[in-house]
Amino acid sequence: MTGNSGSVAAIVRVVLPQHLRTLAGVGAEVELEVDRPVTVRRVLDALEAGYPMLGGTIREYGTGQRRAFLRFFACEEDWSHEGLDAELPAAVVEGREPLLIIGAIAGG
Amino acid sequence: MSGVRVLVGTKKGAFVLTADGARKDWQVSGPFFAGWEIYHVKGSPVDPNRIYASQSSGWFGQLIQRSDDGGATWAPVGNKFAYDGVPGTHQWYDGTPHPWEFKRVWHLEPSLTDAETVYAGVEDAALFKSTDGGANWEELAGLRGHGTGPHWQPGAGGMCLHTIIQDPANEERMYIAISAAGTFRTDDGGKNWKPINKGLVSNFMPDPTAEVGHCVHHVAMHRDRPDVLFMQKHWDVMRSDNAGDNWHEVSGNLPTDFGFAIDVHAHEPETLYVVPIKSDSEHFVPDGKLRVYRSRTGGNEWEPLTNGLPQENCYVNVLRDAMAVDQLDECGIYFGTSGGQVYASADAGDSWTPIVRDLPAVLSVEVQSFS
Repeated sequence: MTGNSGSVAAIVRVVLPQHLRTLAGVGAEVELEVDRPVTVRRVLDALEAGYPMLGGTIREYGTGQRRAFLRFFACEEDWSHEGLDAELPAAVVEGREPLLIIGAIAGG
Repeated sequence: MSGVRVLVGTKKGAFVLTADGARKDWQVSGPFFAGWEIYHVKGSPVDPNRIYASQSSGWFGQLIQRSDDGGATWAPVGNKFAYDGVPGTHQWYDGTPHPWEFKRVWHLEPSLTDAETVYAGVEDAALFKSTDGGANWEELAGLRGHGTGPHWQPGAGGMCLHTIIQDPANEERMYIAISAAGTFRTDDGGKNWKPINKGLVSNFMPDPTAEVGHCVHHVAMHRDRPDVLFMQKHWDVMRSDNAGDNWHEVSGNLPTDFGFAIDVHAHEPETLYVVPIKSDSEHFVPDGKLRVYRSRTGGNEWEPLTNGLPQENCYVNVLRDAMAVDQLDECGIYFGTSGGQVYASADAGDSWTPIVRDLPAVLSVEVQSFS
């Protein structure tokens, strides 16, 4: 399988918050085939393509932006404010580390 | 064999309560969608096994769930609620313009004639319609676009379209209500709308009798008399005998005429139920007593119904969609509280028993009847 750039697509691991695991009917982690360069936008595109019920739950319809009470962590760094098109760390692209989608600690 | 199915939406999930026609022994199932706010659950009158639920969360936004087997299993359907065109602005709490932003679905109203058709009332206020079982949603934009939208403002709970009533005698006629804009009617299937608020008086507005801006909390109709409407406004219980063209107050001897819920007996169109709440700043029942008030005269003359309800140290609220009546021969009444109790009366309100006492705060109660 090759991506848009002609290179082999990456296999990215994604950890979902518990409520979205239940909604999608998946376990703690899902693996997604993502075209390179691997960005949060492309990971979310692949996630929503594989699990359409997650549409609108991570990115708002209309703006396409991250929902305010969600955050993205990778390699112990907060990627929430890096922009959806920033390339993710090599460890995530190579599957050694997951991209974590985390519900903000708000409201108890 | 007759029976009922009570559909309960709470702050942390949905519950389905079932009983036979005696309505004494109850089976409780749930929570469904545990941890999510379930603003409303309602079944199709055409196909009672078809049930729709509004599931939302501050973290993950809005979902719509659908069951085709009476609530045993559920599947998410469409959740894309896009306003038609550029949404524009409404008034913010301080009267300044504020952009229209979708927040959640407050109310789902399945069609009276087609199980695939369902309406959704949303915050910020707008009306959506699906004709494919909830897969796709389209705004009935004539409501928001008819001209007064820039003057609508949010109530304390947000600017929500919370009431949708279809006229069973006229497929083209429908009523909706918005906090805080008022009540509106369409006579052409949702294309065009007009405010129907003459007679309402709201002292929190610069012009207390303005065409729009009223905080209507809920509206109820008896299916055999669709031109007669009953309204629980922020303050005041109101009645219209001409499809909302004019309203007059019927609060009568209520201990307080603030409240949220209002409903009509299934077989007696002049028998109404409300739950008076102390005030707009004290959202609990007055005097520590949970009392449903019943009028058998279409308003003005009210009697408290207390048998089986707590009459001391009770400080719960009953929200606008948290009361329902069944259609069995002896009409049953149901309501849920902010304290998580769901009460049932199988004798038109004369006596009450709790079906459950300790659910999360109840947001909505609907009931399906089976003969």
